[in-house]
Amino acid sequence: MSDATQNPGQSAGNPIGRAGSLLTKNARTRRRNAAEKRFRLYGLTAIGIGLLMLIVLVTTIVGNGTGAFQQTFVTLKVDLLEAKLDKKGTRDIEAIKKVSTFGYAPLINGALQTYVTEHGIQTDLKPKAMGAILSKDTAAQLRDYVLENTDKIGQTLEFTFLANSRVDGYLKGRVTRDSIANDKNISAEQLDLVDAMIANGAIDKTFNLDFILGGDASDQRPEAAGIGVSMVGSMYMMLVVLALSLPIGVAASIYLEEFAPKNWLTDVIEVNISNLAAVPSIVFGILGLAVFINTMHLPMSAPLVGGMVLTLMTLPTIIISTRASLKAVPPSIRDAALGVGASKMQSVFHHVLPLAAPGILTGTIIGLAQALGETAPLLLIGMVGFVASNAPDSIVDGLMSPNSAMPAQIYEWAKRADPAFYERAWGGIIILLVFLVAMNTIAVILRRRFERRW
Amino acid sequence: MSVLKMTASTLAAVSFCATAAAARDQVQIAGSSTVLPYASIVAEAFGENFDFPTPVVESGGSSAGLKRFCEGLGENTIDIANSSRKIREKEIKACAANGVSDIIEVRIGYDGIVFASDIDGNSFEFTPVQWYKAISRQVVVDGALVDNPYTLWSDVDAALPAQPIQAYVPGTKHGTREVFEDKVILAGCEETGDFDVYKAANGGDKKAAEKACIELRTDGKSVDIDGDYTETLARIDSNKDGIGVFGLAFYENNTDKLQVATMSGIVPTTDSIATGEYPVSRPLFFYVKKAHIGVVPGLKEFAEFFVADEIAGPDGPLAEYGLVADPDLSGTQNTVADEVTMDGNS
Repeated sequence: MSDATQNPGQSAGNPIGRAGSLLTKNARTRRRNAAEKRFRLYGLTAIGIGLLMLIVLVTTIVGNGTGAFQQTFVTLKVDLLEAKLDKKGTRDIEAIKKVSTFGYAPLINGALQTYVTEHGIQTDLKPKAMGAILSKDTAAQLRDYVLENTDKIGQTLEFTFLANSRVDGYLKGRVTRDSIANDKNISAEQLDLVDAMIANGAIDKTFNLDFILGGDASDQRPEAAGIGVSMVGSMYMMLVVLALSLPIGVAASIYLEEFAPKNWLTDVIEVNISNLAAVPSIVFGILGLAVFINTMHLPMSAPLVGGMVLTLMTLPTIIISTRASLKAVPPSIRDAALGVGASKMQSVFHHVLPLAAPGILTGTIIGLAQALGETAPLLLIGMVGFVASNAPDSIVDGLMSPNSAMPAQIYEWAKRADPAFYERAWGGIIILLVFLVAMNTIAVILRRRFERRW
Repeated sequence: MSVLKMTASTLAAVSFCATAAAARDQVQIAGSSTVLPYASIVAEAFGENFDFPTPVVESGGSSAGLKRFCEGLGENTIDIANSSRKIREKEIKACAANGVSDIIEVRIGYDGIVFASDIDGNSFEFTPVQWYKAISRQVVVDGALVDNPYTLWSDVDAALPAQPIQAYVPGTKHGTREVFEDKVILAGCEETGDFDVYKAANGGDKKAAEKACIELRTDGKSVDIDGDYTETLARIDSNKDGIGVFGLAFYENNTDKLQVATMSGIVPTTDSIATGEYPVSRPLFFYVKKAHIGVVPGLKEFAEFFVADEIAGPDGPLAEYGLVADPDLSGTQNTVADEVTMDGNS
């Protein structure tokens, strides 16, 4: 009735009060309907903005990053001159090792010169300038090959080398003849040579597996950098996180949920766990530096320490989700187990825990995915920099020797000077996202398949 | 109970496996982000050519690196600190207090600091005086100290284009900042004679006057960049009026986006820096813990390799990347070979 008195116009126009026809819409109904329509529109706009952001994000990432999976290679015949590589001709590995990568550069420059004369390419470039179209990694690649195959010294063999990042950028359209006007790393004559070699089929852009499997490279050879070693580092860290946080987290939550008396102490613990989940990750990094490295004297930059720091960060997430899934198991299950004579512990481990397992696993996987994408705490324990260069050769080595992690590697690439690293940072993001999506999918599948509802 | 037991036993297991395998077999380096590219180029070549594992190079800035360097001796501390400035007395004392008394100072070469703006914008020909006037907090106008009134470069000097002043300078944790203050701002301050005004205002105190000179304006026309040069580049990309302070090597890798300004009429190149014509340059260093030589495998070999002619010489990869080779490289090589520490003992 109060509505009617507030809307005198309405009651005046409708003498029988609120008992009007449902088919004729009065002003109030129209207003309510309009409000609902507006709300739906707001909701749709919100979803639309979200989708638009997602599309922009994905297209930017894919657009910028796919280039990293392709690389320009140069195929060349190199004469492995005995006079340069093994002067005495003894094939003594120690003597061959004495020839450093600098000793291999002339061989490669020579190979380019031979190529140019053989194919009748006109160029005024000196051999060294010709060699600049190849990656600096070339000499190391050739040296590694010779050290492994000393019997091949003296032969002429065909190799596939990485092209310099500027040449790679030229094929990918990042570098143009206009943009190199002031660039001292590459000249127009060198690009002419590249064009001639493309015409002859010696330079080609193909899929680059080394980006996914290889290690980091220094600032001078972005074309040789890969994310593989830091991926291994991330994997070891996740192993540590899993091995530490799952048992600790589950034990803590079972005790808190099933055994602990409800008093002020457990309340304080509970509140603190929830608070810990909201602590910025950099704080855990500082804590890790102070406790694990400065006090416990664990090594710097080690995935073990990284894993332990991330464990601190993941624990609250796991505890909260485990407790939630334990709570979701109906008390009748516990009562039934106790009723047939099971001990409290038996009821928990035989009945409650298996029913809560899907929820616990989902929480753990989401916690791990969060830890996988974390960079900030790793900054402080020395995992950012030129670190991920050697693939570990054993499990202990993998845990203890310095390594980086995928997000840290991406951050490192993004801040390097050469624009070619920028492309690799985006490529790294694609790989990281693939991992995260895969982990989240597994979590969803687990939940769908094993979750029970009461 | 179960929580406690489990935590305790896991921690015990972890720390056991850690101590069992702690013997470090690679050189660890941290410090200046300017030296980082050079150090990683050398580390990579070192890993390729020697049987030692590739050294680990972290960045974080000169001051942060030296702080970690001075934390003490042992496998948990770094072996080498990269620095884009000389180690300070205070830092040497802090080192000594923690037992790091024998430090070998190695100068690897010189680095130019350049002023660059967007490639499509106006070109600039700067002098230190113009920079001082443009971004100092206070300047002398008509004989009195006033808050910096200039908003356009043409206000500072009619010869410059009428472009808003927007400078991106390295933050205070960077070694580059010190050189910038010293060789550009302070030089400009002294040249204009403002230095004497500051000195008079501070009762003749030279130190206070210097400090007042290098104080930068805080009204947003000069922005401290605490991140790397890529951040400075991104700022210029979004604000085309911006002028950034970069290392020569960074500029040379991004010539498609940046144009470099001259300083006192000299174009910065490795040659003009080597001859000392280009005024804004500084030596780059790394510091080695002598006590770690012989303990950490490959440390001395790495230090020697770093300053070898084929690496740090004028035709080496470092010069190719933008380092200005040290004319006295052989002296540095001897220092490393004889392990001469900063107090002169070998």
